[in-house]
Amino acid sequence: MSDATTPGTAASGLEVRGLTVRIDRRTILDDVTFTVPPGRRVGVIGASGSGKSMTSLALMGLEPTGATVTGSVRLDGTELVGLPDRERARHRGAGIGMVFQEPGTALDPLRRVGAQIAEPLRLHRGLDRRAAAAAALDLAVSVGLPDPESMLRQYPHQLSGGQRQRICIAMAMAGQPSYLVADEPTTALDVTTEARILELFEGLTAGMVFVTHDLAVLARIADTAVVLDAGRVVEHGSVAGLLAAPQHPATAALVDAARATARRAPRTGGSA
Amino acid sequence: MIRRLLARPTGVFAVVVLGLLVVLAVVSLVWTPQDPFRADPFHQWEPPSPAHWFGTDASGRDIASYLLAGTRTTVLVAVGSGVIASVVGMVLTAIGSLTARWVREGTAVLLDILVAFPTLLTAMLLTAIAGGSLGVVIVSVGLSFGVTIARVARGEIRRIARSDYVTAARASGVGGAGVLFRHLVPNAAPLFTVQLSLAMATAVLAEAGLSYLGYGAGSNTASWGSMLADLQTYIGVHPWSATWPGAAIALVVAALSLLGDAVRDATDPRLTTNDRAAGGAPAPRTPDDPATTNTGVTA
Repeated sequence: MSDATTPGTAASGLEVRGLTVRIDRRTILDDVTFTVPPGRRVGVIGASGSGKSMTSLALMGLEPTGATVTGSVRLDGTELVGLPDRERARHRGAGIGMVFQEPGTALDPLRRVGAQIAEPLRLHRGLDRRAAAAAALDLAVSVGLPDPESMLRQYPHQLSGGQRQRICIAMAMAGQPSYLVADEPTTALDVTTEARILELFEGLTAGMVFVTHDLAVLARIADTAVVLDAGRVVEHGSVAGLLAAPQHPATAALVDAARATARRAPRTGGSA
Repeated sequence: MIRRLLARPTGVFAVVVLGLLVVLAVVSLVWTPQDPFRADPFHQWEPPSPAHWFGTDASGRDIASYLLAGTRTTVLVAVGSGVIASVVGMVLTAIGSLTARWVREGTAVLLDILVAFPTLLTAMLLTAIAGGSLGVVIVSVGLSFGVTIARVARGEIRRIARSDYVTAARASGVGGAGVLFRHLVPNAAPLFTVQLSLAMATAVLAEAGLSYLGYGAGSNTASWGSMLADLQTYIGVHPWSATWPGAAIALVVAALSLLGDAVRDATDPRLTTNDRAAGGAPAPRTPDDPATTNTGVTA
């Protein structure tokens, strides 16, 4: 099996090469390189401030104003870095979708959730209002929302955190993207809900960049991972290898911290 | 929305007072108990009576009739300034938040400078150019508040543009126009409404203040402000007479500022829908932003 995280030359897959983000004179991301083959899930791990979220945003072309992005993000052979925003927007949701960390703030508080799922459906699939509503209902069913018909008529504040995250996933999948960027999508959820949302992610066929700081989540969701430290990729390889024999101090620190937490509060799985 | 507005005591108060104001303004076009401008030297300072409901003033004019005639001025000032403030506010907000970086930052500086210009100074400048009239009051108050609204709304738009849900909408492929009309405008609208109602309330006060200082409507236009200016001179001798225009101004100003709050609350789904989620995740209502909360009216 070839290492999925080494730069490849294949035209298919999400290829990130030398991705660098600078804000003013500070380098936030430095030469980040990894590849997500179609349908595979690659983890991005690192401590707070290591550049995980900036990686997600830069992949989407949603880096903050004033940031300069260099390097290359190729989506099945199409270069995305440097595209004018109007063209880049066409790939967002359709080529790469994104799920955010905080489902409480990632939905517009003033719009019914059904309308928020329907919006990308109308944009990317050109559906009219009625067809989009029907497709939104299908999506709501597919992400496992109970009582989807009445659920779609709710406002975000009326839903629980897990339900909101399911809505966000439905929204991200609405444009049928072949890749999904998930930026700590279960961090804001309780353990039970986290387990259910992870099941949902495991069921998706899209290739995935799964950002997390939780090694238990990483071990469950991804087979390969890159480790970020201070904006650089310090280690990459299979998740099993990284966890068993971390080479870089940053990886070792993450593994040690996870072990210490596990000793103090043993995970009891989905029944916690 | 009207039903939700009337579900709140503040909404009922605002709608009733402002509804009454408009009705009285229309009535005053065709009928007042007496001729509001007719002086009657034989009936100065009469106490309230069936003939003169609120009494008469120093020149024997019927206070009730004059007050009624003044409603037109008040409505005209509130609506006129409101319209000008909205247009100026929206244009400056758009320039200050949606354009290229150097334009919007330049606008921000310009707004900070313009905000420092007192309404009174603007009115005096315009009066020097065009002469004192109700139009000068409306334009100067409208301009001043347009600038104030833009200054607050600009920051709000920038804040919303950086919010998670706008980023999430953009991540799902929504373009500039979609973000603007489906996310930025609706989410900034409550703040705009509150600021606008505050502007209209302050316009009524400013008209009173400017008329009081002699920069407002001429003596042939009935105005609560000039009425108050006339009557307060005698407040030590005839305290009740100045109370009428004072109370009318206070009532309308309160109603206008409460209207904005009530409309904001009535259009916020977080306040008008029940929590449905099993297990009841608390509503993520953001703590009241000082900018969207009406803290009071300052003249």
